[in-house]
Amino acid sequence: MIEQENDTWELRLYIAGKTAKSITALQNLKKYCEEHLKGQYKIEVIDLLINPQLAEGDQILAIPTLVRKFPEPIRKIIGDLSNEEKVLVGLNIRPAYS
Amino acid sequence: MSKAKNIDTTESKPIAIPKTYTGISGFDQITGGGVPTGRPTLICGEAGCGKTLFSLEFIIRGAMEFNEPGVFIAFEEKTDELEMNVASLGFDLKKLQIDKKVRLDHIHIDRSEIEETGEYDLDGLFIRLGYAIDSIGAKRIVLDTLENLFLGLDNQAVVRAELRRLFAWLKNKGITAIITGEKGDGNYTRQGLEEYVSDCVILLDHRVINQISTRRLRVVKYRGTVHGTNEYPFLIDEDGISVLPVTSLKLEKEISSERVSSGIPSLDEMLGSKGFFKGSSILVSGTAGTGKTSISAFFADATCRRGERCIYFAFEESPKQIIRNMQSININLQKHVDNGLLQFSASRPTLHGLEMHLVVIYKMIKKFKPSVVILDPITNLVTVGSVSEVKSMLIRLIDFLQEEQVTVMFTALTLNSIINEQTDEGVSSLVDAWLLVRDIEFNGERNRGLYIMKSRGMKHSNQVREFVISNDGIDLVDVYLGKEGVLTGSARVAEVLKEHTSNALRNNALNRKDREINRKRQILEAQIANLKSEFESVEEELNKIYIEEELKNEVLEKTRKEVTELRRDKVHPQH
Repeated sequence: MIEQENDTWELRLYIAGKTAKSITALQNLKKYCEEHLKGQYKIEVIDLLINPQLAEGDQILAIPTLVRKFPEPIRKIIGDLSNEEKVLVGLNIRPAYS
Repeated sequence: MSKAKNIDTTESKPIAIPKTYTGISGFDQITGGGVPTGRPTLICGEAGCGKTLFSLEFIIRGAMEFNEPGVFIAFEEKTDELEMNVASLGFDLKKLQIDKKVRLDHIHIDRSEIEETGEYDLDGLFIRLGYAIDSIGAKRIVLDTLENLFLGLDNQAVVRAELRRLFAWLKNKGITAIITGEKGDGNYTRQGLEEYVSDCVILLDHRVINQISTRRLRVVKYRGTVHGTNEYPFLIDEDGISVLPVTSLKLEKEISSERVSSGIPSLDEMLGSKGFFKGSSILVSGTAGTGKTSISAFFADATCRRGERCIYFAFEESPKQIIRNMQSININLQKHVDNGLLQFSASRPTLHGLEMHLVVIYKMIKKFKPSVVILDPITNLVTVGSVSEVKSMLIRLIDFLQEEQVTVMFTALTLNSIINEQTDEGVSSLVDAWLLVRDIEFNGERNRGLYIMKSRGMKHSNQVREFVISNDGIDLVDVYLGKEGVLTGSARVAEVLKEHTSNALRNNALNRKDREINRKRQILEAQIANLKSEFESVEEELNKIYIEEELKNEVLEKTRKEVTELRRDKVHPQH
């Protein structure tokens, strides 16, 4: 159980206001997580319009950006996450069924 | 913008482009006031040409001198690296950041940890910039080097579109921005940033010619304003960047009719008894070993004695060498160095390029404010540039010195060639006074002759003088014009001696004649006295006879009378 706790994926999605791209990205992300990381993930959405000072910490340039905080190393995926294959490879998620 | 000033350009536009001072010495003069206010300026150049330093100085000086806070966005270097880099220039970036005058921000793009999928934009960058600008109320921003975006992101179309938006956004914010870009093949920047930044483009260059590197700056484009189009050399040293606006095309300098002594009284005498004009340029040329350095040392010495400052740029000897050598002709330069009136700057010409020498000279003069500058010798500069380059450098130097009212003395080595009279750099037409020291080889020895080839605006001697260097200093002696022509050195001395001898002989002869006349006179006078006394005795003799005669007559008369009386008495009683 403790190991499972440690395996919780920490994902952070940076957006700037509720733009179409941001909404698409969030929807896509949730879908992939439900499919592949059910119960082992945590998504934090940061709106830079509200908290601009947070952009510096994760070196955010592009919007939307998805940051995998845990497990290490940090990975970033930018764009609306429409390409599932790329997102999964980028996040290094092993599909549950494989 | 608070500190931006409108610079009146020569064109009679209703509103000139407002400009923001960069604070970089020299640059603001070239551009007539700095970079355009509220617009982006592109600085491009190859790696290591000083782009980052230029832009960083723009921010730091803006904050320190013009009270305009600035944001520096670094895409390449980390903030602590930047802090360290400028600490060597004496800027305390940490303190400026604490005072909220400057904000450094490092934007790191690591391609390896970024995956792109789907559509995105660079709002994050905008937000970061916006946040940084607003947090300190920045008036200036630097993006160094923005092109890293292209390297970090795959979707070039997005990047280009976003860049266009970025520049529009910066303009909208009314912030004065500097964007740096690496030079690419054929283009000013690798990614063609110049398409986006169309107001002001500055090109920095770092060129190596003959193994000597020179940094140069050129304003490629500056919309809506006049600007210098030349390449200007610039220098990075302990004070940061200084650009040298070297070519002043105007010839409207203040001139002075004040005179300064050359330090050699007899030379002053040749120059209308007063010496050189203040702020004029003097060329001393001559073959090797003719005493050019000695003349300059005298000039330096005289300047310091008057309590004025002097800088001696030596390109051949070290200061200590010059001081020692000049002691042998009774000049103590060390004293002036200790008093802080004399400054030496000795460097091999090959230390840096010509332009750099000029910048160094320019900076030293600005700092030390001398009234006399000596360059000894300018001929050595040819080793680092072609003759025409040296000439153009000297023109600019003379221009600058005249503007500053600094008297300058150059020495030049002439080679014993057919075109002896021409100085190698052809500067003779530029200078106001030209002294030529020349070897006169005659009678088995080499002597020095000094001519004043020209001296503008004053009466000057047309005589050749013999230039004598002795333990006591320099003296100019009239050469001996004998039957055999101009005589110098020992020939002159011999001739003078010969003249002395003949003079003595002549004097002697004259004296003898005088004495003889005297003697004759004495004899004559003695004879006269003799005759006179003879005459007196004769006269006396004659007088004696005469008196006796008279006495006799008197006595006779008396006796006759008495006899007569006696007779009358006897006759009377008969009546």
